[in-house]
Amino acid sequence: MADRHTGMVEKRGAGLWLTHAGLILGVLFIFFPIWLAFVASTVTQPEIVHPPMPLLPGDQFLENYRKALVSGINAPVARMLANSAVMAIGIAVGKIVISILSAFAIVYFRFPGRKLFFWLIFVTLMLPVEVRIVPTYEVAARFDMLNSYHGLILPLIASATATFLFRQFFMTVPDELAEAARVDGARPMRFFIDILLPMSRTNMAALFVILFIYGWNQYLWPLLITTDPEMNTIVMGIKQMFPSGDDIADWPVIMATSILAMIPPVIVVISMQKLFIRGLVDSEK
Amino acid sequence: MATLTLENVQKSFGDTKVIHGVDIDVADGEFIVIVGPSGCGKSTLLRMVAGLEGVSGGEIRIGGKRVNEQEPMDRDIAMVFQNYALYPHMSVAENMGYGLKIAKTPKAEIAARVQEAATLLQLTPYLKRKPRELSGGQRQRVAMGRAIVRRPSVFLFDEPLSNLDAKLRVQMRLEIKQLQRKLGVTALYVTHDQVEAMTLADRMIVMNAGVADQIGAPLDVYADPATAFVAGFIGSPPTNFLPAARFGGAEGEMLGIRPEHLTLGAAGAGRIDGRAVSIEPLGAETLVHLRLEDGTAVTVRQEGTAELPAEGAEAGLSWATGEEMRFDDAGRRLR
Ligand SMILES: Nc1ncnc2c1ncn2[C@@H]1O[C@H](COP(=O)(O)OP(=O)(O)OP(=O)(O)O)[C@@H](O)[C@H]1O
Ligand SMILES: [Mg+2]
Repeated sequence: MADRHTGMVEKRGAGLWLTHAGLILGVLFIFFPIWLAFVASTVTQPEIVHPPMPLLPGDQFLENYRKALVSGINAPVARMLANSAVMAIGIAVGKIVISILSAFAIVYFRFPGRKLFFWLIFVTLMLPVEVRIVPTYEVAARFDMLNSYHGLILPLIASATATFLFRQFFMTVPDELAEAARVDGARPMRFFIDILLPMSRTNMAALFVILFIYGWNQYLWPLLITTDPEMNTIVMGIKQMFPSGDDIADWPVIMATSILAMIPPVIVVISMQKLFIRGLVDSEK
Repeated sequence: MATLTLENVQKSFGDTKVIHGVDIDVADGEFIVIVGPSGCGKSTLLRMVAGLEGVSGGEIRIGGKRVNEQEPMDRDIAMVFQNYALYPHMSVAENMGYGLKIAKTPKAEIAARVQEAATLLQLTPYLKRKPRELSGGQRQRVAMGRAIVRRPSVFLFDEPLSNLDAKLRVQMRLEIKQLQRKLGVTALYVTHDQVEAMTLADRMIVMNAGVADQIGAPLDVYADPATAFVAGFIGSPPTNFLPAARFGGAEGEMLGIRPEHLTLGAAGAGRIDGRAVSIEPLGAETLVHLRLEDGTAVTVRQEGTAELPAEGAEAGLSWATGEEMRFDDAGRRLR
């Protein structure tokens, strides 16, 4: 099948070269700033601040990265990476668990107020985090959740989008499947665990990627809720690395931190991509 | 294995009543087919027996025990769905064993029972496959296997063959019948295909708009329909209906005559004349479609060797009075 598909869009001669040249140029264009950041993370401070900027990596790679990971500027980057990982995984897993359960309730049970609850969830789609950030902060502070992992995770964990997505998916699952399970003796939670969950595998993987990156890239909320540098997440931590007064920025370490901050999302995307594609190829329904 | 009793079973969805009271006593091991046109309530009736729909009125008993309030799993039934409803992520063996697994049957026994059912249904080579790697007929068998391994007292089938091609349908029809005989399990089978109904049923229930018009052995129903609807629905080509007034009946009454009971003769020589509009030679038999003076369409079925009228020619129709069936204006049989 792959052969047929490449055959369908096959270009020959000049066309082939042109498309490739175009693509390579595009990649270079987008990759260039990242390359510069990488180069900057492998040279010394003076080399960066004296123009022209170097375009090839220097010899300070190990030195800069060791410094970033172990001591950082306010807090060790290793610590911030761990915080970010806890937060991103917490948000992604939490959101998936909560939204798949709510979608299950909404699609498979008739209870009073079912429509109302659905629309309530739906309405929250229209409110971005920033709009409710002050009251949320107030609540978090009163529950003593400042500078804590649950403070970082819980307020961001409800997700109308994911609930909506799972609802749409559940509605495409034939009713007869639920009935067959009922005849087989599966009570609702059993049906959920044995049948719906495995069938939602690929949806969950897709959502995990999106939500992990969403969690990883949170900036405003961690900035508000963590004051202790030990609880900083990496994305906000980079900003905190800029000196406030007359100090000079330690560019090589900041750049090394930026590069380190990019690696986990890239790993998640690449590793989950395989599951995606497998899910797309052998679609189960 | 058990008897199944429906007593004045009724069903309403909101204000609309779709089942108007059905009564039947099904003997242990009997094969009952519910047949009727689309929307007459066949599936609804079956689903009430399965416990997938609530019962609005009357009582359902399985093995003498009232089951109206019981969950499907407690009724000792197994159901085969029209689109098979196999669990897509489970292998064939897991699909068949799922009910037993939930019932906490020991692993070894599940494996043995699945193996036994697979042998019976010639599914042994496919046990490890996923449903999507099977053909329609094989999926159908897996659905049957899932029902068999549970050793229920009643099998319920909702149009299990309607997604198969014609040839496979005939083959699976035979297999279902043999299997049911072999296992001796009471079966309730829904179909809109009268050939399936005739060939499978020990007794059939002919449903019409939520009412069981007639319950009886296929040949009895065919030979002696209780209503005009049954006469028209069972038998192919369908029974011809003529206004009885022309033959000395009361106004509004209808006369039903099966196509094979009509004979063609010279125009004017029969009891009524018609013009042959089309002729379908099928080999062993020939169908002659005629139109009477008043526009009524009539079909005659005769031997393939019999003499044919020319298309467009007038012909006389005759029949033995003993073969005619009289129905009143509400469609009830007059005897
Ligand atoms: N959940 C429901 N709510 C309201 N009406 C329903 C519901 N289910 C079925 N009906 C109605 O009940 C009637 C009988 O439906 P049923 O599915 O039993 O028909 P059927 O005989 O199985 O038809 P088919 O041969 O097309 O499957 C139909 O008129 C249908 O519109
Ligand atoms: Mg139906």
